[in-house]
Amino acid sequence: MKKVALFIPCFVDQLLPEVGLDVVRVLRRIGYDPEFPEEQTCCGQPAFNTGYWQDARPLAERFVRIFRKADAVVCPSGSCTSMVRLFYPDILAGTALCEEARMLGQRVFEFSEFLVKVAHVTDVGAAFPRRVAVHDSCHGLRELHLKQEPRELLRHVRGLELVDLPFSEECCGFGGTFAVKFNVISGAMGATKAGNAEASRTEFLTATDPSCLMHIEGVLRRRNSKVRTIYLASILAQTDESGRTAQPGDSR
Amino acid sequence: MSTASREFLRNAAEKSADLVHRQIIRRAIDHYNQAVERRRARFLDWQEARRRCQEIKREAVIHLDRYLLEFERRVQERGGQVFWAETSEDARQYITDLASRRGVRTIVKSKSMVTEEIHLTPALEKLGLRVYETDLGEFIVQLRNEPPYHIVTPAMHLTRAQVASLFREKLGDVISDDPQYLVGVARRELRHAFFSAEMGITGANFLVADSGMIAITTNEGNGRLCTTLPRIHVAVAGIEKIIPRLENLALLWPVLATAGTGQPVTCYNTLIGGPRKTDEVDGPEEFHMVLLDNGRSELLADREQREVLHCIRCGSCLNACPVFRTVGGHTYGTTYPGPIGSVLTPHLRGLNEFQHMSYASSLCGACTDVCPVKIELHHHLLQNRRNAVNDAKRPLVERATFKLWRWAMLNAGIYALSGWFARAAMRIVHAVRIEGTPLDPMRLWTKYHALPSVPAKSFREIWRKNRGAN
Repeated sequence: MKKVALFIPCFVDQLLPEVGLDVVRVLRRIGYDPEFPEEQTCCGQPAFNTGYWQDARPLAERFVRIFRKADAVVCPSGSCTSMVRLFYPDILAGTALCEEARMLGQRVFEFSEFLVKVAHVTDVGAAFPRRVAVHDSCHGLRELHLKQEPRELLRHVRGLELVDLPFSEECCGFGGTFAVKFNVISGAMGATKAGNAEASRTEFLTATDPSCLMHIEGVLRRRNSKVRTIYLASILAQTDESGRTAQPGDSR
Repeated sequence: MSTASREFLRNAAEKSADLVHRQIIRRAIDHYNQAVERRRARFLDWQEARRRCQEIKREAVIHLDRYLLEFERRVQERGGQVFWAETSEDARQYITDLASRRGVRTIVKSKSMVTEEIHLTPALEKLGLRVYETDLGEFIVQLRNEPPYHIVTPAMHLTRAQVASLFREKLGDVISDDPQYLVGVARRELRHAFFSAEMGITGANFLVADSGMIAITTNEGNGRLCTTLPRIHVAVAGIEKIIPRLENLALLWPVLATAGTGQPVTCYNTLIGGPRKTDEVDGPEEFHMVLLDNGRSELLADREQREVLHCIRCGSCLNACPVFRTVGGHTYGTTYPGPIGSVLTPHLRGLNEFQHMSYASSLCGACTDVCPVKIELHHHLLQNRRNAVNDAKRPLVERATFKLWRWAMLNAGIYALSGWFARAAMRIVHAVRIEGTPLDPMRLWTKYHALPSVPAKSFREIWRKNRGAN
């Protein structure tokens, strides 16, 4: 079994443990042995995005020290992945760890990116007989250029019907602290996304970022929508044999 | 919190809830997006076109001093006058003085954001001058006593029915809301202004260094009337509008039109080289070129953000921005709204007062994706935020929170314990049903979201027990 390190973002660890477990299930099924270094905490993005680069820096250094030996790191979030790959070199510029961070960034992969581009697996043997639409999470789409990867994986899921989401590339309005600082704007953007999901007649909305889904799910449930969200790995973790069938809100 | 920031929040709340407004904007922008997409597809390689435009602007901005002096010399050789305005005040003063000295009473203006930036029209009106905006959209918002809503489409927020009733109220006897008819009404109104004006004021889309000419782009031909009929032509432009060579327009014109409005080229592209010569029949007697700095030199000195001066004001980042589409142009309360406005305004008007604009973004990056000169807009928002923190311009509570947060995150044990307490607190909010009340510590979230169901154990707790085995 090939070793792979897991980076489980703090909000996934604390609020969406199922997401992490489903990542583990899928990785094991395709022949990887995931390892979870328990010293890990947060990539530092909340501080970085709010302008506190000084406070994010020690977390970046910490991340490099924890994962420096890993051949590959898998992360169920395009946003945290881009934090490491794109912005660590910025905040560590001029420090001893900068170059190492840059190299490590090339070995940190968003989950769907890892499956398709590194493991070269598009069929993970999943079954999910539901209608699913993909929301293109911004950082996965624009910082990591992931568009086809999640769709490619979903196309190989038994029974799954891939539904087109209108304006799938439009931001859902989460944006981390933005969702709290400017909750009025974020809520309105979330409502636009929810409206588009409802118009698409999909049953589930999935994405490369569980943070988007946590936000959208909250908005959907607030408006008593029938549409539910489910993280990509939580779809791929479902099999015919497992006896598990997806329930609304399963990923949460 | 600054006054501008409070104002922004209040207006954002109002506009976000105004579904009719949002629908109007959405429809206008969807229409625009389709046109742009069609037009971009006609380029052999749109990405390569963007890269070349970026190169042209980079060359211009890096050698700004040289190209500006070359431009000045050529304008002067052709009998034009060049005025270097360090501040908005300097620019205003020069133009108002000139108008007074020449006994000007009526002025026609073609669309120009830089004249908005220096608040030119109110200064001229204070002297008792009559100023007509001659771009249709600008004409409409002027009648409404409003600033432009969008840097390219100033009346984007209005329906034709609203325009018809505005015309009826201000201009009398309007019998239809047919767009062509309404254009006719505006044209009739403006025609006499064009003929009576002694001064025409325009912006410039590009200042061409090697030919000493200014390039003006309009869709209505009003720019040409402003620059040829009055006896004095005053052009105002930011110093960053310079481009090295005339041939650069072969790419910049179609790219500006494509990104700005989804047109192959804009209807009227005019090059103006100065006042009328003795052997020429048309053109103004005087040509004055006002070159505005207003903070741009300082931006030029900032290596990290210098490329913001590449902006050709096409407005495509506004259209791409989901925040702009939600709160609308007026909410920003600045001359330049949307992503470019959020990046630029702190440099022009102070970081302290306008830092909130850099925070009012989900950092989705749609702006950077569409920018025809490849400005990394959303990364500059991050840099503005960092500058706000480093210049000690953030609230004390926030600073303290992040210090505490950092302390917790640097130790996995403290982090796990904090997480445990946070989840317990969320369960209590659930259990005692204080969700959304003033007692709810998560009320900023629960105002728009149903509270997530809270797991009993974190991922790491489950992992420690059985390494995630089913």
